[in-house]
This record gives sequence, C-alpha cells and structure tokens, in this order.
Amino acid sequence: MESGTLSAMADQATFADLATPYMSALYAAALRMTRNPSDAEDLVQETYLRAYRGFGGFREGTNLKAWLYRILTNTFINQYRAKKRRPDQVDLDDVEDFFIFRRLGGLEASAAQRTAETEVLEALPDAEVKEALESIPEQFRMAVILADIEGFSYKEIAEILDVPIGTVMSRIHRGRRQLQKLLWDYAEEHNLRPRVETTTGG
Amino acid sequence: MDCDDALLRIYEYLDGEMTVWRRRAITRHLDECPPCADGFVFELEIRRIVVSKCREEAPVSLRRKIADSLGIVSPES
Repeated sequence: MESGTLSAMADQATFADLATPYMSALYAAALRMTRNPSDAEDLVQETYLRAYRGFGGFREGTNLKAWLYRILTNTFINQYRAKKRRPDQVDLDDVEDFFIFRRLGGLEASAAQRTAETEVLEALPDAEVKEALESIPEQFRMAVILADIEGFSYKEIAEILDVPIGTVMSRIHRGRRQLQKLLWDYAEEHNLRPRVETTTGG
Repeated sequence: MDCDDALLRIYEYLDGEMTVWRRRAITRHLDECPPCADGFVFELEIRRIVVSKCREEAPVSLRRKIADSLGIVSPES
C-alpha cells in the first residue's frame, strides 16, 4: 500500500473521530434553518463532505466546531435558502426586550408569577417551541441558534456568519425578543396560562 | 448601577460577554437586589427550556450516508 493512501486513510479516520460527535447538533441547526428533514440531511451531508475535503487546510488548535458551523451556514446560505418552502412568518420590529419578563410585570412581578410562567413554558409541546424558533426571520434565527442552542461566543458567531460583532448582538437580541413573543402568544392562544388573581384579597 | 442599568446589560452578562469590571458591578447589584436577580434567573430559565425542547438526534440514515460518502471521497490536499 502506498504511503499516500495510508496518510489519506489516517486523515479520514481523524476527521471522522473529531467531527462525528457534532452530527446531531449540526442536524438540529440544519433542521431549524431549512425547516425540512430531507433538506436538513442533505445540508449536513454536504457540510461533512466539504469539511472533509478542506480538512487538510484545517489547523489543529483552531475551533473545529465553529469551523463546521461556518461551513454549514455558508452552504445553507448559498444553496438551500433559494428553495425556501415557506416564508418567515414574523418580523416584529416593535417587540420589547425581555418580552415575557415585562409581560409578567417586570421587576414588580412576584417569584410565584415567574415560577408559574416557567411551568407554562415547560408544558409547551416541543413541536411548538421548534415551530416558534423556525418562524423568526432567518438572520435572527441563525444568530439565536448559534448563541443560545450552541453556546458560541459573539466573536465566534461573527466569524461564522462573517458579520461584525455589533450586528451579531443586534440579531441575537431581536431574535430572542421575537421568539419570546411567539412563545407567549402560543400559550395565550391555547389558554395554557392560568388567570392570575388580581384581587389583593383579605 | 441601578436596576435599569443592570437590565440593559442582561444579555451581555448572561452571555458572558462583558469586561470583568462591569461584570463585577452587575454582580454586586444582583447581590443587593433580589428582584433583579430573579429576573436574570428567569431569563436563563427561558433559554434553558428552549434549548431542551429543540434537541434533535441525527437520523441513522444520515449517519450511514455520511460514513459512506467519507469512505469514497479522496481528500484534495
């Protein structure tokens, strides 16, 4: 066996060992971006192929996970966005910060009210929370996925999305606000939120 | 540092995107102000719930496809 083949096999094994643990996380991100399981599978497969082909240029010590997400988002933006199956459902420019917190009364709210709201959110079906995240506009959605689901730093997200850190922050903020409003509205529509007694009693 | 200042910086604080000094000032405020501290915890709770409900497992079909395609591709480098 030629030594070139051997080193190619070693590369292949190294890449598989290093990159495989991220597959479920990449698939989850791909699913939230494409909103379609078959597109998500294609996107992740394409990501692994591109990453594997570029693996020779990958420097040890650099962040493999961030690099994989950069390939994923670039591939998504270049290939899959074009065949969007359904439009983004909301672009609520006027949603306030910490939407749920403020709806509950902000700093005036009691611990009991917040605990009750946490229970409401816990009771939401997974599918509804996924749907809410998938409904926010794509730019904001990608920023929220990278920050909140994947835990990337602002700087890493800036590199993954190739935008300035200020843009990352504003996208994350807007995305979080819109997500909170959608979750709040869903609970409202489905009467999941118990009516809070407003009488002071006594 | 008052409640409004703290709330204004809540995301940077929770995201760990803050200078040590500013972080210390907010932590001091949270220590003294239980309503703000509760609000910060609540915001983290919302995030935790969203994360826990958005998990996915890569399908077996995808794992197989990737294993297969990595086996047949030769690296360019």
